[in-house]
Amino acid sequence: MISFGQPFRLAQEVQGRSLWVDARRRLFQNRAAMASIIILALVAALALLAPLLSPYAYDEVNYDIIACSPNWWPVETACRAPGHIFGTDSVGRDLFVRVLFGARVSLAVGLVATLVSLVIGVLYGATAGYLGGRIDALMMRLVDVLYSLPFVFFVIILMVIFDRNFILLFVAIGAVEWLTMARIVRGQTLSIKQKEFIEAARAAGVSPAAIITRHIIPNVVGPVVVYVTLTVPGVILTESFLSFLGLGIQEPLTSWGVLISDGADQMETAPWMLLFPALFMAVTLFCFNFIGDGLRDALDPKDR
Amino acid sequence: MIAYALRRLLGAIPTLFVIVTLAFFMMRAAPGGPFDSERRLPPEVERNVKAAYNLDKPLTQQYLIYLGKLAHGDLGPSYKNKDFTVAQLIATGLPVSARLGLSAMALALLLGTALGVAAALKQNRWEDYSVMSVAMLGITIPTFVTAPILTLLLGIYGINLFGHEFSLPVGGWNGGALRNMILPVTVLALPQTAIVARMMRGSMVEVLRANYIRTARAKGLPVSRIVLGHALRAAALPLVSYLGPALAAILTGSLIVEQIFGLPGIGRYFVQGALNRDYTLVMGVVICYATLIVLLNFLADIAYSILDPRVRMS
Repeated sequence: MISFGQPFRLAQEVQGRSLWVDARRRLFQNRAAMASIIILALVAALALLAPLLSPYAYDEVNYDIIACSPNWWPVETACRAPGHIFGTDSVGRDLFVRVLFGARVSLAVGLVATLVSLVIGVLYGATAGYLGGRIDALMMRLVDVLYSLPFVFFVIILMVIFDRNFILLFVAIGAVEWLTMARIVRGQTLSIKQKEFIEAARAAGVSPAAIITRHIIPNVVGPVVVYVTLTVPGVILTESFLSFLGLGIQEPLTSWGVLISDGADQMETAPWMLLFPALFMAVTLFCFNFIGDGLRDALDPKDR
Repeated sequence: MIAYALRRLLGAIPTLFVIVTLAFFMMRAAPGGPFDSERRLPPEVERNVKAAYNLDKPLTQQYLIYLGKLAHGDLGPSYKNKDFTVAQLIATGLPVSARLGLSAMALALLLGTALGVAAALKQNRWEDYSVMSVAMLGITIPTFVTAPILTLLLGIYGINLFGHEFSLPVGGWNGGALRNMILPVTVLALPQTAIVARMMRGSMVEVLRANYIRTARAKGLPVSRIVLGHALRAAALPLVSYLGPALAAILTGSLIVEQIFGLPGIGRYFVQGALNRDYTLVMGVVICYATLIVLLNFLADIAYSILDPRVRMS
């Protein structure tokens, strides 16, 4: 006779595979993304260890070796600077150490400004999506209006007002980039709120706080992480754009934008001054984009 | 349809208002003014100059005066370019910028669409992979790197075309001669071409899987008819809503391109104006850009609702 009194129990507890375990496995299988992560880690390590890696300081001027090519440069040049593996710039500073210091600034701007946009965007978007109704409509209308502003122009005005303040550069760019983040988070929150699995959780008596943390946030995090990895290269580009116009980082501190700007001026006589910063920047942006694409594939099983 | 268009047009007014207000007060928050210089003016002269431009009045009053003039289409005099009004400066710069921007936009749309469609038709084959890798390059390499490199290759080293040494001018406008336009327009269009190609590939791949395309194939239509007659209209929809951001990106890029190639467009006025505290000039250029973007967004919305009748419902 079957006893109905005993609770039904599985012979063995099934080990659940979480979204993140699955995603990590898929990401590890993506060769382009993994290679990008390794290269990016390398660039970051070089940037962090910059002072240890070179006997020269980033602002050490040497008028004896102005715009000299590295020793290994294949084409005949006016002068060579042994010991400077990337050559020297137009006041004889070591280009290798300057490119790495530029990496510090560019990566820092990229990360901090993205963090600023992440905080503002997630808070704003989640609030709008969660409250819904008229408040949501009003909040998103504001985003629409801000969206159609030519924002780089406002960043330029801001940089002029606060006299090229370093910290402000982070904040200004971050304050520009949060709009898309807010839209993504809000849209996700709205659509997830109405999914069956949320309803099921509610019916099973899960508390609202647990629903948000266990079910809504993990599902919002996916697109947000993807967008974050795609925002960082955008921010790095914006910073270098401003620096190129002479409105960003000021001498003797440097960033990839400043170095590229200097290099472009000397392109005919000293092409290495353009080549190395441009190469570092392009590789970094490439890596971020590949990681973003890889993460999107890994976190969004719908696409496969 | 007309009601929808009117409603969208009215919606643009608050946007422009916000832009004008933000730009006005941000510009005024900057330390220093347009008449600060190494040599200080005698106080009474300075007072007279400021009075002439209403700079001595309270800020809110200046703002109202500016709005009042703006409503009549008066952008005021330039503070730094003596004897010129802002409207005159924009009138000289805008045709240059507009020609540059529109050419770049047209090039990006045509080339990007063609590349994207080609990649979608050859999905996951070498044609697809090569187009997408080049597109990735176009997106990640910034304008101010491609500009000097292309200048070096095509302008300074020159190209050998059918036995003729041929090199493009590295800068200057020359009344908008085609030779002078090639380099700046290419540089400006490159990133947008890449983005358009990526978008177009994505949406085309999806459309090509649709049932009505399978029907068209089953009927035995040639590929060109299927693509041009059936798939392109549906696949181009996401592109239409990208027009606004694309214009904004091209305008931003033109700041750089005008600087690098020494072109007399309004982008250069903007950067100079911002550095010189030429309030009215900066305001004028911002308003000009914003109007263009708002207008194009509006046109894109209208085009979207014509192409996709489902949109009009909501």
